[in-house]
Amino acid sequence: MPINYYIFLSIALFTIGIVGVLTRRNAIIIFMCIELMLNAVNVLLVAFSKMHHVAAYALDASTTVGTEAQLFVFFIMVVAAAEVTVGLAIIVMLYRNIHSVDINFLNRLKH
Amino acid sequence: MPVAELLFWFLTGLSLFGALMVVFSKNPVHSVLWLIVVFFAISGHYILMNAQFLAIVNLIVYAGAIMVLFLFVIMLMNMNTESEPQKNRWLRLAAIVSGGSLLLILVAALKDNKGSISGVSDLEGGIGLIQNLGKVLFTDYVIPFEISSVLFLSAMVGAVILGRKESANLKS
Repeated sequence: MPINYYIFLSIALFTIGIVGVLTRRNAIIIFMCIELMLNAVNVLLVAFSKMHHVAAYALDASTTVGTEAQLFVFFIMVVAAAEVTVGLAIIVMLYRNIHSVDINFLNRLKH
Repeated sequence: MPVAELLFWFLTGLSLFGALMVVFSKNPVHSVLWLIVVFFAISGHYILMNAQFLAIVNLIVYAGAIMVLFLFVIMLMNMNTESEPQKNRWLRLAAIVSGGSLLLILVAALKDNKGSISGVSDLEGGIGLIQNLGKVLFTDYVIPFEISSVLFLSAMVGAVILGRKESANLKS
């Protein structure tokens, strides 16, 4: 299976996430679209890891090439979990202050 | 067509459809549920690529913990209605056009590479298992692992401070 399929899948997921961030006004939906983009990148990292592992496995059967990419994905998941807790706390605080999660009300920094 | 390829196309279609439904469904609860579907499909992709540990971690962390957190917040705000105001029609059109042109440019730039990836096989399934990943994680990458625990601590402190009521701040 060509690596192109995975690259195109990842690009499509990333673009859907960007369109969601640009079109929606609900802050929670925007946050979920950011999670979608993070997952698109994770899929691409795992696909490249598998590709390099397949190439190295043909030469040496006991190789562990490709482990680093999977650990990198693991650390991305760790950072995403921390990010979600802080982001949702910010959204809850926002809702408590202006009683809405509409990002069009978030223009106080402008004036 | 081998069964791994069939599974690949099924999971790809499921994840793309789920992602579109996340963006375009009116009800936020439905968006969360479709995002869980997307995460399940992505976990299926990980299993097809022999990354079994990441598939399970993806299910537990994303579909199990993060999405439940999103659902909690949505239920807390009582937002399971369809009364969200829409953006301006021209703004939405501009967003879709710019996203589509980004898709077009990335696909046009990356369509010529020749790498290939074999399907799932039990012969080379060693690196995605927890034995190999844990060994590398606790020898070569032990310092980033410990730093991520500090990151979690600071995220927890930050979330507690942000989520506290302002009146409690005055009393103390």
